[in-house]
Amino acid sequence: MSDLIDAFQVAGKAFFGFQAIFFALLAIGINVHFGYTGLLNFGQIAFAMLGGFGIAISVSQWGLPFWVGVLVAIGSAVVLALLLGLPTLRLRADYLAIVTIAVAEGLRLLFRSVSATPVTGGTRGLSAFNGSFIALAPWDTQKRYNILGTSWSGGELWVALIGWLLVILFTLLVWQLMRSPWGRVVKAIREDEDAVRALGKNVYNYKMQALVLGGVIGAFGGMVYAVGTGSAIPDQYQNANTFLAYGALILGGAARVLGPVIGAMLLLFILQFADTGLRALISNGVIPDTLLSSTDVAQIRFVLVGIGLMLLLVFRPQGIFGDRREVMLDAR
Amino acid sequence: MPADPTAHGAHAAGPDETPAAGPTPTRESAAGRTPQRLAQAALKDLPWEVGVAKPDPAIVVDKVTRSFGGLTAVSVDHLEVQRGGITGLIGPNGAGKTTLFNLLTGFDQPNTGSWSFDGRDLGKLSPHQVARLGVVRTFQLTKALSRLTVLQNMLLGAQGQRGESFLRALVPGGWRSQEKENTERAMDLLRRFKLDAKKDDFAGILSGGQRKLLEMARALMSDPKVVMLDEPMAGVNPALTQSLLGHVKDLREEGMTVIFVEHDMDVVRDISDWVVVMAAGKIIAEGPPESISQNKAVVDAYLGAHHDAPLTVEEEDRVLAEADASLAREDGLPPGRPGTDEISSDGSTR
Repeated sequence: MSDLIDAFQVAGKAFFGFQAIFFALLAIGINVHFGYTGLLNFGQIAFAMLGGFGIAISVSQWGLPFWVGVLVAIGSAVVLALLLGLPTLRLRADYLAIVTIAVAEGLRLLFRSVSATPVTGGTRGLSAFNGSFIALAPWDTQKRYNILGTSWSGGELWVALIGWLLVILFTLLVWQLMRSPWGRVVKAIREDEDAVRALGKNVYNYKMQALVLGGVIGAFGGMVYAVGTGSAIPDQYQNANTFLAYGALILGGAARVLGPVIGAMLLLFILQFADTGLRALISNGVIPDTLLSSTDVAQIRFVLVGIGLMLLLVFRPQGIFGDRREVMLDAR
Repeated sequence: MPADPTAHGAHAAGPDETPAAGPTPTRESAAGRTPQRLAQAALKDLPWEVGVAKPDPAIVVDKVTRSFGGLTAVSVDHLEVQRGGITGLIGPNGAGKTTLFNLLTGFDQPNTGSWSFDGRDLGKLSPHQVARLGVVRTFQLTKALSRLTVLQNMLLGAQGQRGESFLRALVPGGWRSQEKENTERAMDLLRRFKLDAKKDDFAGILSGGQRKLLEMARALMSDPKVVMLDEPMAGVNPALTQSLLGHVKDLREEGMTVIFVEHDMDVVRDISDWVVVMAAGKIIAEGPPESISQNKAVVDAYLGAHHDAPLTVEEEDRVLAEADASLAREDGLPPGRPGTDEISSDGSTR
């Protein structure tokens, strides 16, 4: 029983930790792209990687102040969005999907390559760039704090606080945009581009704006992740994270303001709970060693999440917040 | 076809009667009920010939061609569309009507040629720029925006919205009042089209006919000068057709120029002031609706020039090959195997 409570507490920390923020921001960006505008961005992690490395390279390689690093990170995300969008947004939706997935993988391989080592640190990545940010915390970052039975370092708490503020900020931004005429145009583009063109809207511009906005939000996710872990390593930015963020978005409900946030929190909670819970059950002998060893747990929990998502799509395709009427309309 | 038979009765010129000698506009207005069919009156004295100059053209098309590979889909030498009138565009399937629509509205680019609206060259404009000039279109396959509500669909049609720019969208105070005005106007239009009760429903649950209505109403939200309707009546039940026809006539009353593609000749005869007939990418006839059914070129296009002959070169070749083969068979080659082989290799037209 105490193991179960432990598992809950550990998972509860995951619920609020910087990884949940990371996925929440990725998913908010994807929500702008996919949920509202209908852009298939399968390389959101590339924006996050530019976010993380934007700070890391600026601070630890170029010796720039932290806040300049943030600006560099935002700027490089904007440039990436423009580069991805310029050739593909005039074409059908699938072209953006192909290009983003290729760029996400290509950029990661480039960043970890030997020739890029002088700048990106290669496979070992960069570290020691978040000191000036952690130092801003109004409390002692060396001490550990106990909150509801979970233990946080002062630094973790600070990153989580700022991270959640960012999540709230971007959620409000998306909420405001999507109830404005701008959001109406963007949603109409998701439904049918040509109809929107025929009504005098510059579809290309709107798609580009949405791509840049979602990409910058994703870059903030990468920044939170890099600052939270204290290091930026190219292989942390596997493209599987993009698809986990999609999972979070579907779980919460696409094209819903709170969908990606709650989805990301729940996804992380479930992953962590399954992990600690299963390990506890195995060590207690409830699950026999012959059936499942604790080394399998890391994989099994993703299987469980997968099964959960499948059940979700069967019984509640709209996700937690979605409107079933609306989702069923799209059975094209 | 209940609508205004008097106008047509008074105007039912025989094929022999030259249009120049047709009844005068005064008689037309004396016929009464029809409100003001200025365009019809203005077009009355024009000769019924392809490329004829109109008194007050809104759209002028010159030497526009568009080919897809070897197929010339559109090759229009000269066409003028009278302002304030309803111009029907008819023709058999594959005649290039929709392609011409696509060219005129910027959805497709021609290989050669130019066209203008109100004297402004539309040649290099993209679809949204054409729409902003006041030329809006609807689509053959209705494009209702399914997961937007009916009212949102309508509001999307409004032009010059401040809240549609990214930065200004963030300050609701900047666009609220405009949004309110637009909503009122949208509700007026929805009431006209009897869709006001559905305003909060998703457009995706509307019936096919209601979507046609919604698409037309949405196009009107942009205060267009020219409305181009691509088969507005296709798949709409007869009762709704009548109401759609009424709406199209209302557009003319409001001074809009309407161009529409339609296959139903009753509808075409009922509402159009001028009819343009296309076949195989070319305009083969122009004239008032009553002139069309007697036009030989039109009858040829719909039914085939020689009713017993093939329409295309390929078909002609195939028929010739078959004839050759049967001749060869008659010549005594017992089962005619070589002959049939020849046919299949010919007929497959590699």
